Amino acid sequence: MKYSANSVWVNKDKYDVVVIGAGHAGCEAALACARLGHRTIVFTVSVDSIALMPCNPNIGGSSKGHLVREIDALGGEMGKVIDRTFIQSKMLNKSKGPAVHSLRAQADKAFYSRTMRQVMEDEKNLEIKQTEVVKILAEDNRVTGVQTLSGAIYHCQVVILCTGTYLNARCIYGDVSTYTGPNGLQAANYLTDSLKELGIRMYRFKTGTPARIDKKTVDFTKMEEQFGDERVVPFSFSTDPEDVQIDQVSCWLTYTNEQTHDIIRKNLDRSPLFSGRIEGTGPRYCPSIEDKVVKFADKNRHQVFIEPEGLETNEMYIGGMSSSLPEDVQYEMYRTVPGLEKVRIVRNAYAIEYDCIDARQLKASLEFRSIEGLFSGGQFNGSSGYEEAAAQGLIAGINASRKIDNLPPVILDRSEAYIGVLIDDLVMKESHEPYRMMTSRAEYRLLLRQDNADQRLSERGYEIGLISKERYDRLKFKERLIREEIKRLERVTVGTTEEVQKLLEKYGSTPLVSGTTMMELIRRPELSYELLKCIDPKRPELPAEFVYEVSEQINIAIKYDGYIKRQKKQVEHFKKLENKKIPEDMNYDQVKSLRIEAMQKLKEYRPASIGQASRISGVSPADISVLLVYLEEIIRTNHRDE
Amino acid sequence: MNGQYSDTIAAISTALGSSGIGIVRMTGEEAFDIADKVYVGKKNKRLAKQKSHTIHYGYIEDEGRTIDEVLVMLMKGPRSYTGEDTVEINCHGGVYVVKKVLEVLIKNGARPADPGEFTKRAYLNGRLDLSQAEAVGDLISSQNEYARQSSVSQLKGSIKKKIDEIRKEIIYHTAFIETALDDPEHISVDGYGEKLKESVDKLLSEIQRLLSTCEDGRIIKEGIQTAIVGKPNAGKSSLLNAFLREERAIVTDIAGTTRDVLEEHINLQGISLNIMDTAGIHSTEDVVERIGVNRARSIIDKADLILFVMDASCPLDDNDRDILEMIQKKKSLILLNKSDLDQIITKEDVVNELELAKNSKSSIKSELNYAKKSAIIEISAKEQKGIDRLEEKIKEMFFEGEISFNDEIYITNVRHKVALVSAYESLSKVNESIEMNMPEDFYSIDLMDAYESLGNITGETIGEDLVNEIFSKFCMGK
Repeated sequence: MKYSANSVWVNKDKYDVVVIGAGHAGCEAALACARLGHRTIVFTVSVDSIALMPCNPNIGGSSKGHLVREIDALGGEMGKVIDRTFIQSKMLNKSKGPAVHSLRAQADKAFYSRTMRQVMEDEKNLEIKQTEVVKILAEDNRVTGVQTLSGAIYHCQVVILCTGTYLNARCIYGDVSTYTGPNGLQAANYLTDSLKELGIRMYRFKTGTPARIDKKTVDFTKMEEQFGDERVVPFSFSTDPEDVQIDQVSCWLTYTNEQTHDIIRKNLDRSPLFSGRIEGTGPRYCPSIEDKVVKFADKNRHQVFIEPEGLETNEMYIGGMSSSLPEDVQYEMYRTVPGLEKVRIVRNAYAIEYDCIDARQLKASLEFRSIEGLFSGGQFNGSSGYEEAAAQGLIAGINASRKIDNLPPVILDRSEAYIGVLIDDLVMKESHEPYRMMTSRAEYRLLLRQDNADQRLSERGYEIGLISKERYDRLKFKERLIREEIKRLERVTVGTTEEVQKLLEKYGSTPLVSGTTMMELIRRPELSYELLKCIDPKRPELPAEFVYEVSEQINIAIKYDGYIKRQKKQVEHFKKLENKKIPEDMNYDQVKSLRIEAMQKLKEYRPASIGQASRISGVSPADISVLLVYLEEIIRTNHRDE
Repeated sequence: MNGQYSDTIAAISTALGSSGIGIVRMTGEEAFDIADKVYVGKKNKRLAKQKSHTIHYGYIEDEGRTIDEVLVMLMKGPRSYTGEDTVEINCHGGVYVVKKVLEVLIKNGARPADPGEFTKRAYLNGRLDLSQAEAVGDLISSQNEYARQSSVSQLKGSIKKKIDEIRKEIIYHTAFIETALDDPEHISVDGYGEKLKESVDKLLSEIQRLLSTCEDGRIIKEGIQTAIVGKPNAGKSSLLNAFLREERAIVTDIAGTTRDVLEEHINLQGISLNIMDTAGIHSTEDVVERIGVNRARSIIDKADLILFVMDASCPLDDNDRDILEMIQKKKSLILLNKSDLDQIITKEDVVNELELAKNSKSSIKSELNYAKKSAIIEISAKEQKGIDRLEEKIKEMFFEGEISFNDEIYITNVRHKVALVSAYESLSKVNESIEMNMPEDFYSIDLMDAYESLGNITGETIGEDLVNEIFSKFCMGK
C-alpha cells in the first residue's frame, strides 16, 4: 500500500526522541525520555485514545501487579495514575506466600486515560501530535527520523516503536471484518512495509475482547457480588495509603451453562477462528469462550465476571467471554447467562489481528540489533497486556535516552525483576503467541516480590534519574529501620514467663519449654511481629507512616528466611554466568567444537552473556563449556595484547 | 582465578578395572574439607592443615567402615592441574574399591565431574596454554557426546518410562498450583496440600524403588559394550548360546524391570560383557540387510568390542567386506565359525581382505592386529570349540588394557544416582512444606527442582514445559 501525500516537507524543530504510539508503552517511553531531559514528540492516531484500555478494565493481577510495582520503583507512571483512577482494588492470593500476593485494581477507563493524557500534556519536554507515522527513515542502518502521512519529516536521534495492535489491524466477528484498530480506531496501514524494507521480520498475532453491555439491562440479583478489599494498598510507593481508601464499586460473578455451550458448539462453523478466516496466532492464556468450550469440553460451566468500565458510563465488561462469533450468536449466547437474559450489547465482542515483530531481533536494551537508534516496546514486541507494555515502554524509553547520552543501557536480569524476566524471555525465546507475564516464569520469585520492588529497583531508578532524591532517601531510611529491627529481634530473648505462655496460648501456639529469641517466635506461622508487640517492651516506636511497610518486611524476612537464602544462593550461581559477557561481534564460526545445532542457534540469537546462551534451547551444557573456554582465550589474548 | 568455578568435583582418573592401582581425583574449593570427612590418618591428622604437595598415608572410611588403605596427595591451588585445591586418592585398584571411594566423596559433598571438566577448569584457571583452547573445546565436546550417547541411548526403556511418568505427575501438580496462583478467582488451590502429599508419598516410594532396584542406583548396566555382528546364519545366536550354555556365564536381569529391556550380560571370570542390541542378535536375519547398514554402523560405533562372526563354510561376499570395513576403526575379533564344516575361508583370506581394505582406505588407522593373525580365531559355536580360546583372548585384551569398561557409563550411573537422590530430597521438602502448613506456592519451588533433577537422567531440560502444561491442562479465565 502507498500513502497519499505527494508533498514532502521537513519539520525544522529538532527532536531527540520520536515515540510512535501513545498507549501504555508509548506513554511510559515518552515520559521517561522527556523527564531525562530529551525533547520528545509522541505520535498517536488519536489524542483521545492516549492510554486507552481497549480490553479489560483493570490494571495489575497475578504477576502483572508485580510489573506495575516495578515500573513505579523505577520511576514510571502507571502505578501513580491507577492509584488516582481506580474504582475497586484487591490484593490477590493473600492467603498464599508473599511471592504471589498481587495487587489488582479495577480502573475507571476514561478517567485513567484522561489522567495519563494530562500527565503527558503537562510534561515540559513532551509534545503530542495526532497523525500517522508511515515511514522510519534510516541511513547506514542508523535511524535519522520518521515521516508522517502528510509527508512531513521529523528528524531525531532515536525512534521508539510502540504501535500496539494498530499495525495493519483487522477486527473480526462472524463474517464481518473491518480494517481498524481496537474500538474502531484508525489502523496504521503503511508502517509495516517500511519496517520490512528495513529488514525487520514481522509476525501476525491475534487477540480478542468480549462484548460491552448496558448496565441497565443486567439483573444483578442473579449474580454474586464481588467486593474490593477493606483496606486498599496503593500501587505506587509514593502514594499516601490514606489517599486510596475510597468508596469502591463492585464487580459481579455469574456462570455460563450447558445451554451457552450448546449455542457455541452449534455455531462453531460461523466462527472465523474455526473456519480459518483468522490467520493470526492467539494467546492460549486468554482463550475466547468458543476456545474454552472446545478445548475443555468436560467443563459444564465457566466463570463470568461482570465489571464496570467506569463511574461515568453504564458500559460493563463481560470478563471470561471474549468471542469472535457473529453478532446474532453473541446475543443468543450472552443471554443464556444468569442475569444477562435481557442484556443489550453496546459494543460487540471481536477478535483483532495485527502485525508485530519477532522480538528476537532486539537486544535486551530493546534496541534493534540491526538498526541503531531504533527501539521498541509493548504489544508490537509480541507481548500482551497493559502492564507488560508499560514495563517495556519504560525500559525502551530509558535506554533510548541513555543512547543519546552515550550511557550504557539499563538491563535488568532475571534475578532482579519481573521486567528482566519479561524482556529476557521476549528477546531470547521463540514465541508463537502474545507473551503474558506469569509468576511461574520467574525462577527467583521469592526474591522478586511486589512488596520489595522499591528495595530492589529504586536505587536503579535514582541512578537513572527518574526517582527523586527525596524518595530515595525515604527508601534508605526504611531499609535502615528494617535492618536494625531485625538485628534487635535476633538478640531479644523471651523467657517462659506466664505472660508469654498466655499469649502463645491465645494464638494457638505451643508453649515454650525453655527460653528463645523473639526472632524464633516470629518464625512460627501462627505468630507475627505485630502480635508479639506486648511481650516486647523494648520495641522501638516506628514512625507512623512506616509501621505497615516495615512490619511486613520484618515478617517476610524472618518467616521465609530459609527459602530466601536458598534462592539467593541460586541467584549467585546465575549471576556468575550472567556476568560472563559475550562480545557483540563474536564469531561463532571460529568455535569449531560447538555442535552444529548450537552454533546455528547462537548465531541466530546472539546472546549477550553465557547465562543467556545457556537458556537457548538447543545449546547444551557442553556447548556452554566450549564457549567458556573460547571466551577465556579471547579475554586472555586481549589482555596480553594490552 | 582460584574459586571462580569453585564447586567441588570428583572423578576416577585411571581406567577402571585393568590397572593395579586406581586414582580418584577431586578438585574445587571444598576438596580438602571433603577429603577430611572420609580420610582417617594417624593422630587425627587433618588434611586441610597439611602442606601442599605432600602425600599422606591412611584409610578411606564410609560411616565407620574402612573402604581402602590409601595414599592421599594434596595440591593446593593454584599449583595444581586445575589451578584449584586438588586431592588425589591412590587406591588399590579394583573396580569396586575405586568406585566406592568416588561414591563416598560424592556422598560427602563433591559432585561427579562433567566430561572434560578437569581440563576445562585447568584451562579457565590459566593452567593450560592459551593456544590449547581448540583442543580443550574438542575434548569437552567429544567426551560429552560420548557421555550423552552412553547415558541416554543406553538408558533402559522401562526406567525412562518410569521417570517420565514421575515427571509427568510432578509437572501436572505444579501446573495446577501455578494456574490457581495465576488466576485465583477462577481456580482455588486451597486444601490441595493433602491431595499433593498423597501423590508425593507415592512418588517418593517410586524413586526409592528406583534407587534400590538398580543396585546402588545404577540405571545403566556397566561392562564392555560388545556387539556380535555377522551375516544371517553365520552363527551369532549359536555363539551367544555357547557363551550362555557354559555355566561360566550369568544372565542378569534388573529386578523390577521388564523383560523387554533385558540385555544379555555375560560375565567372563569377572569381566562383564554387555551384548548390545538384543533385537538384532536374537534374530537370525541379516543385521546388515534387515536393519540396514546405518543401524549396524551405529551399533558398531557404540561398542567397545566387536565380535564379527563369519561363516567359514561359505565364500566371502560383499556383506562380509562391508562389515570388515565398518569395524576397521574398532577393537574387534574376527571369528571364523563352523570350523566343524569344510573351511572355504581361511585366516589368510581374511588377512588379505583386510590388507586390501587397508590399502584402499589408507587414511583409516586400523585397530585390527592382522600381522599376528591373533585377532582371527577359528571356532565352532555349535560344538563349542574354540570358545575357550576366544574367552582367553578377550581376557588378554582386557588385562593388557586394549579394551576397557566404558568408564563413562559408570560415571553416568553415579550422576543418575545423584539426580535420583536430589529428586528424592526435593520431594521430601515438598512434604515438609505441606506439613509445616506453608502456602501452596512454596510447593512448586521444590516440585520443579525434582522435575529438573529427573530430567537430567532422561536428558531433558525444562524449557517451556510448565507453561505448556498450564495451558494444555487448565482453563484460564479472562
